[in-house]
Amino acid sequence: MKEYAYYPGCSLKAGSKHYEESLLPVFRELEAPLEELEDWNCCGATAYFSVDETMAAAICGRNLSLAEKANKDILAPCAGCFLTMKKSNSFLQSGHEKAQVILENLRKVGCEYKGTVRVIHPLEYLTKEYGLEKIKQKVQKKLKDLKVASYYGCQLVRPYTEFDDPDYPVSLDNLMDSIGAEPVDYSAKTRCCGGSLAGTLEEIGLGLNHLLLKEAKRKGADVIVTICPLCQFNLEITQEKIAKKYKEDFKIPILYFTQLMGLALGISKDDLGFSRSIISLDSMWEKLGNGGRK
Amino acid sequence: MEIHKKVVFEDELDHFFLDEIKEKSLSEEISRCIQCGTCSSSCPLAEYMEHSPRKIIAMIKQGFKDEALKSFTPWLCASCYSCQVRCPANIKITDVMYALKREAIETKSYPSKFPIPALAQEMHKIIAKNGRNSELWLVLKMYLRLKNPLGPLKMASTGMSLMKTGRMSLKIEKIKNRKQLHKLLNSLAEETK
Repeated sequence: MKEYAYYPGCSLKAGSKHYEESLLPVFRELEAPLEELEDWNCCGATAYFSVDETMAAAICGRNLSLAEKANKDILAPCAGCFLTMKKSNSFLQSGHEKAQVILENLRKVGCEYKGTVRVIHPLEYLTKEYGLEKIKQKVQKKLKDLKVASYYGCQLVRPYTEFDDPDYPVSLDNLMDSIGAEPVDYSAKTRCCGGSLAGTLEEIGLGLNHLLLKEAKRKGADVIVTICPLCQFNLEITQEKIAKKYKEDFKIPILYFTQLMGLALGISKDDLGFSRSIISLDSMWEKLGNGGRK
Repeated sequence: MEIHKKVVFEDELDHFFLDEIKEKSLSEEISRCIQCGTCSSSCPLAEYMEHSPRKIIAMIKQGFKDEALKSFTPWLCASCYSCQVRCPANIKITDVMYALKREAIETKSYPSKFPIPALAQEMHKIIAKNGRNSELWLVLKMYLRLKNPLGPLKMASTGMSLMKTGRMSLKIEKIKNRKQLHKLLNSLAEETK
């Protein structure tokens, strides 16, 4: 099997550093260390497809070509990057007339792409390729009694549905179960957080995220785990304003699934980016029997 | 109250609009819409839209080009693909929304004071130049484009939280081989003009 090139995308290098800070040690601990794709460029996210589709596929093509040259597949932890690259990849592989023009231009600048690269998300890798049984064997400390709402958001499970169900996926719940945590039946698990709209249109950001938080609370979740930087950001940053607007102060920690995995694998909590949490984690540490902060 | 005509006459409709959007969205299936409304009822943003996704598809089919392109609806689509995976006619509705966004930008008919098209265009520019996005600069440029210098103030508490947790960076991120990226984008622009 081919190795994976880690494609961080812009978020994991900026506002979502704690995703990278927990992902890399977890993969090291699982003896599947990740190496970053050399000189990767931004995937363009939803913005590029809103402005120019040809350019959107072209810039993703550059990344795919870099991975192909290194004889690697791409592992993209951000759901936005994952989908954008997957979508562009399938377009470039489609044989469509416009795709041929893009491939020809990629070739001209030294980025020839034959179409051999696969794009995968770490959750997909861990649950489908690495395997939950193997993960269970590596667990040092079960996260007993921690009730977790697994939030998948949109772009990991849609529109490409081969890896999990688009409406009611279970892979993240199963992964949480395998590290000893208790997944709650989170019926809002694939309802959208608003993505980049949430930051600019406050009314929408607060409305959508209020609903997601309310449902997690109703199901008794201690924390919400996410697989996408934008979901993590929106669910966390809106809580203060939601408390004011809806008179409901949730204070639910919003974590990356890799942070909880790291804890279960016995990695020190100081090495998993928990200090970047805006919401206090005291209630979670208490639940995990570690008392207080750090 | 201003009095103006509320009804669009047949000869004011654009009957090429459907084909245009079909081509741009790579979704031939638009013609097969039976107005069942599964898209609108699946859409988490529909409650904020002035035209629901179902109605937008009807407008495209009938040639209400001007109305569809000036609408906020495409810009409120967060690309969650709920409608797209549920549509019984397999219409790629999210891709249709993208096609409307691109057409609205091309014809400059998008709502100009609205933050989302401004965000998309600024992000497009930053990436074309540097190869990577820089979150803070993107937000500032968006507000500049909207001529709304006080906009960032509303985000002050967010900024503070991010700063305190070391999640805000002032650095402008760049790839090394920008020359290659610029060459690629320029030669494509030449060819697809």
